[in-house]
Amino acid sequence: MLVKRCCAILLALWGVQASAQAIYPIDRATMVVDGKFDFKVEFDGVVDPSSVTITVNGQPYEKVLGAKAAFLPNEDNGKASSYILRDISIKHPGKYEVVATAAGKSMKVNWEVYATGPRTAKNVILFIGDGMTVANRTAARVLSQGIKEGKYMGKLSFDDMPRMALIGTSGVESLITDSANSMSAYTTGHKSSNNALGVYASRAKNNLDHPKVETIAELVKRKTGMAVGIVTDAEVEDATPAGMVAHTRRRSDKSEIAEWLFLKGADVVMGGGSAYFLPKSTPGSKRKDDNNLIDLFKSDGFAFATTATELKSAVKPDTRKLLGLFNTGNMDGSLDRFYLKGGTVKQFPDQPDLTEMTRKALEVLSRNKDGFVLLVEAGLIDKASHPLDWERSVYDTIMLSNAVKIAKDFAAKNNDTLVMVTPDHTHGLSLVGTIDDNAKGTEMRDKIGVYEEAGYPNYPAPDKNGYPPSVDVSKRLAMFYGNFPDYYETFHPKLDEPFAPTVKNDKGQYVANEAYKNVPGAVLRVGNLPRSADTGTHTADDGVLTAMGPGSERIHGFMDNTEVFRTMVEALGLGYDGKTKGKTPAKPATRR
Amino acid sequence: MQRRCFLGTAFVFALAAANPALAAPPRLAFSELYARIGVMGTSFSPQVLKLKGQRITMRGYIAPPLKAEANFFVLTRVPVSVCPFCNSDADWPADIVVVNLKNPGTLAPGGRPVEVTGMLDIGSSTDRETGFVSLVRLNQAEWREL
Ligand SMILES: [Zn+2]
Repeated sequence: MLVKRCCAILLALWGVQASAQAIYPIDRATMVVDGKFDFKVEFDGVVDPSSVTITVNGQPYEKVLGAKAAFLPNEDNGKASSYILRDISIKHPGKYEVVATAAGKSMKVNWEVYATGPRTAKNVILFIGDGMTVANRTAARVLSQGIKEGKYMGKLSFDDMPRMALIGTSGVESLITDSANSMSAYTTGHKSSNNALGVYASRAKNNLDHPKVETIAELVKRKTGMAVGIVTDAEVEDATPAGMVAHTRRRSDKSEIAEWLFLKGADVVMGGGSAYFLPKSTPGSKRKDDNNLIDLFKSDGFAFATTATELKSAVKPDTRKLLGLFNTGNMDGSLDRFYLKGGTVKQFPDQPDLTEMTRKALEVLSRNKDGFVLLVEAGLIDKASHPLDWERSVYDTIMLSNAVKIAKDFAAKNNDTLVMVTPDHTHGLSLVGTIDDNAKGTEMRDKIGVYEEAGYPNYPAPDKNGYPPSVDVSKRLAMFYGNFPDYYETFHPKLDEPFAPTVKNDKGQYVANEAYKNVPGAVLRVGNLPRSADTGTHTADDGVLTAMGPGSERIHGFMDNTEVFRTMVEALGLGYDGKTKGKTPAKPATRR
Repeated sequence: MQRRCFLGTAFVFALAAANPALAAPPRLAFSELYARIGVMGTSFSPQVLKLKGQRITMRGYIAPPLKAEANFFVLTRVPVSVCPFCNSDADWPADIVVVNLKNPGTLAPGGRPVEVTGMLDIGSSTDRETGFVSLVRLNQAEWREL
């Protein structure tokens, strides 16, 4: 009885504290020395500044953080006060305890500020397979390499990298992350919240007012002469590429994100999403102003391409800056581009592959003698898994493997490049067996083979790009998503257009799309997600990261997603103070 | 699909024959909206330029409304459902049509095939209330389920 009541009180207190008072960066934040951040203290009511003390390691915070914070007596005209101090950094590694007290009530967080050793890598290439799940890898290996008597005939390009780790992807406010939140952890080393990029989600009302943390792109531009490349097959303003440059509470601020790509000094930008580069007056624009970003990039000396053909000729021997925009929205995936011609392939028939974009990005970026940081996102793995369209998702996993192969070949030349391949989160996808159209039974579920009945599928041999030229075979993989809305399961690939499992009804709920009701064999699968979920959702299952090259030694076991940032920062020696930690300070091999 | 098209045409024909004053306005298909959709923008088809300012009909699907009490909805070529985490509310297909209702307040259900009749208006326009940018609009519009 007593225990129960205590718990209730404790929970109540917890609730009040979590929502009403906060210090940013949050408790257990880790930061590189001299990494920029905004410091914010939020009280749960209006406070008298004379009653407030804020200390860092027992000293007045101004002494440690170097400046005085602005006091907001009624933040955003609300009934609570805040302090905010922007664009600061801590120059000495160590543990920092921050305590804020007002009217006898206090809160406390601890930070760790770390230094790094000297630089060991000249370049960093980070591949994100957005939403890539273990089943994506397995199915991509089956389809692109083949498997006989239980042994694969080959491996995916990232299968034999020497380092591997499980990655935890959860965010500040939730177990389940979105791509903004998780990319932000990779690029800033700080946890964030869903929909947020490069900021802590505070109580500020304006998307752009939240406490910011520096991204890897900003850090290398500020501290080195390195080049930065951002390549995706989604929109270049989408969450993952945006994570390199953006600071906003809402990833949907795509007009601003397009501007940041320019303002933060990216040297190579390639992907879809031209609609946010066109002035509002141009039909097809999604901007709300008359800024022409394509002209802006061009006037700054960027080579520019809108098709695969143009990309080939746009890059000259002296090209150092490159903008490629190949679709108004997301680009099309490999299954549509090479074989099915669905999606927007008819409107955009000459889109480059992620492989061609990776090759061109490396060609341009490697001209920088100080090295580069390159992000390459296979964004459509996730875009296809949401509508439960596993074939498209797996074909794009093969495309990622092809793109990584190019980076591996590049890295093999000098062994001075850290390459990491990782999902940002997972989906509930599993490979459960095969579906044999010729098996006995009237219902499609009777045709699903499990255990010894599964045998092997009969996809045609992969073509020279590693894709089976047909997914529509009589004995195919049985792959299902474990978390799904109501939908009609057709047990067949969607050959015309990507799958659209749900539509919204007049109550605002997502229900099964009747367009698939009459596909022979289709059955209604009653969803296990709330009716507010329009598609399959992300999962908290760990992601699998593989890595090679200098700096990849850190990668092992289970790692938090924020440690991916630390791995890059360590490899590039971005927190190196010139002193050694035991070893002789090898002259950074990279600074030639 | 073919059958449904045939039925629809037959229905319109019967209606027009029964009441000559209600001769069906010209019908425009989604595929006829643009001469070109490209990275550098889109250009309208000669047909759209010709029909501008006239009452026309279009068939498509009602997309999930942006807000509960909308006086307009978005008409799409294929049914869409927009994912809140992967796509912002700005992430519509390139070839959408905004339908401004003659009688606001009647909330349209999503995902149903409909026929809309309204005054064709083209060119970039930003909705003052929602900030939604559109290129093609049907104003003073009425709709019915197919
Ligand atoms: Zn997603």
